[in-house]
Amino acid sequence: MTEPVIATRGLTKRYGDATAVEGLTLEVYPGEIFGLLGPNGAGKTTTILMLLGLSEPTSGEVQVLGLDPTRQSLEVKRRVGYLPDAVGFYERSTGRENLQYTAALNRLPEDVAARRIDELLELVGLTDAADDPVGTYSRGMRQRLGVADALVKDPAVLILDEPTTAIDPEGVAQMLDLIRGLARDRGVALLLSSHLLHQVQSVCDRVGIFVAGRMVASGPMEELAKQVVASSPVVEVRVGGDVQAAADVLRAVPGVERCDLDSESPDGLVVVVDDDTVVPRLANRLVHADIPLLHLRRRGDELDEIYRHWFGEEAGEEVKA
Amino acid sequence: MTTATATPDATATPKVAVPRHGWRIVARKELADHVSSLRFVVLLALVGLTAAGSVYAAASGIRDAAGEAAEASAIFLRLFTAAPERFPSFFTLIGFLAPLLGIAFGFDAVNGERAQGTLPRLLAQPIHRDDVINGKFVAGLSVIALTLVALALLVSGIGMVRLGIVPTPGEVGRLIAWGVVAIVYVGFWLAFATLCSVALRRAATSALVAIAAWLVLTLFAALLVGLIADVLAPASSEDPAALLANATLQQNLARVSPSTLYQEATIVLLNPEIRTLGFVLPIQIDQAVRSELTLEQSLLLIWPQVVGLVALTIACFVAAYLLFLRQEVRA
Repeated sequence: MTEPVIATRGLTKRYGDATAVEGLTLEVYPGEIFGLLGPNGAGKTTTILMLLGLSEPTSGEVQVLGLDPTRQSLEVKRRVGYLPDAVGFYERSTGRENLQYTAALNRLPEDVAARRIDELLELVGLTDAADDPVGTYSRGMRQRLGVADALVKDPAVLILDEPTTAIDPEGVAQMLDLIRGLARDRGVALLLSSHLLHQVQSVCDRVGIFVAGRMVASGPMEELAKQVVASSPVVEVRVGGDVQAAADVLRAVPGVERCDLDSESPDGLVVVVDDDTVVPRLANRLVHADIPLLHLRRRGDELDEIYRHWFGEEAGEEVKA
Repeated sequence: MTTATATPDATATPKVAVPRHGWRIVARKELADHVSSLRFVVLLALVGLTAAGSVYAAASGIRDAAGEAAEASAIFLRLFTAAPERFPSFFTLIGFLAPLLGIAFGFDAVNGERAQGTLPRLLAQPIHRDDVINGKFVAGLSVIALTLVALALLVSGIGMVRLGIVPTPGEVGRLIAWGVVAIVYVGFWLAFATLCSVALRRAATSALVAIAAWLVLTLFAALLVGLIADVLAPASSEDPAALLANATLQQNLARVSPSTLYQEATIVLLNPEIRTLGFVLPIQIDQAVRSELTLEQSLLLIWPQVVGLVALTIACFVAAYLLFLRQEVRA
């Protein structure tokens, strides 16, 4: 059994009366990608700052690489790479100069630093822009430079806060490839936070769902999906013609639990069924009854269900936006 | 797990680099940034031009009154203290503009990093939090000290060419002492501006507050002090004792302002003939023999002023430091 690189027990942070993180217990193992997922303001960044020793926990225990980030903060910071949320650089300096400063702060000898910086710029695809001022970089480039910056110290643990936020879809794809590669080729433990479950779930080995300062669920995506999707599937139906007649037809289908008029569309119905095998039969019956079927969709995939289940409808919409 | 025990032998890993303090790395980077920054060029030009103008005018004034000047001692120092028509003397100018230098290099020290989003990244590196403030302070002070020294040398150079005299060793000593006092004075404003940059989240607010404090302490302090003194110790024209009490109170109140401390220290250092900063009645100097103080005696006279300046600087610095340590990294 390998030792976890990040371990917290009952970690709590309060600001006055407000509780940012409550009773967080979490373990991340070497070579693993752990996703901290939840809406904005759920306490993800606060948790990360406590892991780095940049914020002091109100109570509870934290260990990173077997060290206490509050007491041995320098040692932790020497070995943990961090990409902050909305990462910033010195705009007038070039990308390379920004990385050189980080290398100097980590006391890397200049020759080692120069070689590593070249290698990292190559890795994140910024070799051509390396000597341009960061002021000319796009969001996506900054984000990738941020990853290179976090890797300059050759960390054993990499913490990425919202690595895919505010960059275009192509940039997101590049970023996710990069993250996958890092865990695979370098064997670093990776903790990433995001409010965009859709984007990051594919790279995470395990995720923790964070809502209002508490981790409400954690485990591999498939397990979480199974827990949630155990509830009955919902099907949206739209028909041409008499909606009431269609509803009567559908209610007669075996396996249909409920069939209601859709409040959002005048010719729509919302059907709750026992399981997925019932769905094709719905279409079949409507066609047989000579009712024109315009639209039939099983509502939501697993991810949508996860959103709805834990973040609530509103958060689900926000997360997808 | 410690790396401190590593010895510089052949087996040392490349990770154990030359032991260097975090603040030096921060200071080196900040210094490079300052020197190449536009604000440095602009301020250098501003202060340099006014200083050169002032000295040129002073030198002309001294030449015109050469007969009188030849009798006086410490002619060279007059370059710095003489105030020709419509133009303030060099040391008054520096007293007025040096705070601007301090504010310019300190007002966005910490909140600038915050606004750029570089603060979390910087603090996630293996340095102490105080290294950031220390490094920035040292870098700012170095730039300003270099500027002031360069200016003083420039003024001396112009003076030697225009007046055709060289300073005596005593005068050089006084100039060096004045330089140190001026740097400490600027250090106070740098520390104050750094405090503003920690306490106030927006760089613009921080600059405004620092500049407001500068104006109040250098321009309006005299008015305020006069008002307070008149209330506490009303002066009357009939009673000389009350008049003296009022004046003394005004002077002591004014000494709360670092700009007063700087001016008093400067006057004494650059005028060897000044023997006291308190009030002197005509009867006390009647028949007094004109003579000069040695540098040590002048220093002794202004020691309280210098200590006051240093104390104010340290107070600002410590406040900035404590505030920064308690602040959350996140905005």
